[in-house]
Parts: sequence; structure tokens; C-alpha cells
Amino acid sequence: MGDVFKALADPTRRAILDELTDRNDQTLFELCARLATKHRLASSRQAVSQHIDVLVAAGLVETRREGRYRFHHFNPRPLEQIAVRWRRSVDTPEEP
Amino acid sequence: MKITVTSVLVDHQAKALAFYTDILGFQPKNDIPLGEHRWLTVVSADAPDGVELVLEPDEHPAAKVFKTALMEDGIPFTAFGVDEVEWEYERLRNLGVRFTQEPTAMGPVTTAVFDDTCGNLIQIVSPVNAV
Repeated sequence: MGDVFKALADPTRRAILDELTDRNDQTLFELCARLATKHRLASSRQAVSQHIDVLVAAGLVETRREGRYRFHHFNPRPLEQIAVRWRRSVDTPEEP
Repeated sequence: MKITVTSVLVDHQAKALAFYTDILGFQPKNDIPLGEHRWLTVVSADAPDGVELVLEPDEHPAAKVFKTALMEDGIPFTAFGVDEVEWEYERLRNLGVRFTQEPTAMGPVTTAVFDDTCGNLIQIVSPVNAV
């Protein structure tokens, strides 16, 4: 799995996750249109595709083929792993 | 110079004519035999003397590669204007049309994208807040 923190460090990639949270299962076209019109991000389709590759490598985005189309969806599991990693020490403090 | 015709590349002309007339609601305009294929056009019922849409065979090998790549990424090469995308989306969906993008506000317009069953994704567009 790629670096979740590095994947989240980029504002365009965070915007992609925002849009997938708004509606899961989007084509590359829809994501590009949303970034351009709602976030004023004028990234090329190629650049957006590369951002998605980073998110896929980090496990935050998964792709699904349906017929002749390819859809992307958000997978929050890597974020849960981050939360669990540090919350554990909050929930069960060590004995003094 | 005027734009009098525009084209969509279809995998089968008879199937395309059925979809573009029976489902989308365009009207047949020209149907002229040309060897193996036809010069086959449809027009909007609202503008029968307006721009004609040519249902052009996608026989060239490069056309199929092009269409497949666009479809995989969800890219509509062709767009049609409608009064209200939401209304048209419901109408077409009830007729069994497959959408790859539900109605979505994109800046000053609302758009949706559907599969024309002939190898293309088509975008429909209306001004946002159209009633």
C-alpha cells in the first residue's frame, strides 16, 4: 500500500475525495468536470488521472469496471487505520 | 459558412435510428442508400429544419479504438441541449437508458451522461435552475 499521508497532502487529491464523498462511483470525466467547475482546478485529464493513481496506490480510491465504463469510489478504510493507530492510546491509557 | 450537420459514430445504423428516434425523440430526416450504408440523419422535433445529426457508421478501425477509450473514461464526445436535465433523466431512465453520470450541477449548467447503446456516451445539458 502506498503512503496515505502523502496521498492526502495534495489539495487536488483531497478535492477528489470530497467529490467522491458527495457521490461515489464516478467516471474520470465526471471527476474532471467537478474539479473544474466546483473547485476551479484546471488540471488536465492526464494530471487528474495521475492523482487518482496515487489515491489508488494508497488504498483510498478503488476502481470498478462495469461493462465498458470504469468507475471510481472512495474507500475510507485506510483512514480508519490511521484513527485506530493513535486513538488506541487515548482510549486505553497506560497504567501510571 | 453554416453548421448544417454534425455526426455521431454508430456501430449499427438501424439500431441507432431506433434509439435516436424511439427513445431520444428525434425525427428521421434523410435516409439515402449509399452502397453498404445509408446517409442517415435525424433532427430535433423542435427544429425540423435545423442542424441534422448524421448517424455515421464507425467502420474505420481507429473509430472503434477511439470510442472504446472515451467510453472507458466516461467521456461524452457529443452533447444535446434539453429544457431540464432532471426531467429528461427521469424520462430516459424509465425507458431503460443507462446513465454513467446522474444529473449534476457543473457551474452554470446541469449535466448528465448516458449510453446511446451504439458505442457512445452522450451528455445532456440545461441551464442550472431551469424550471
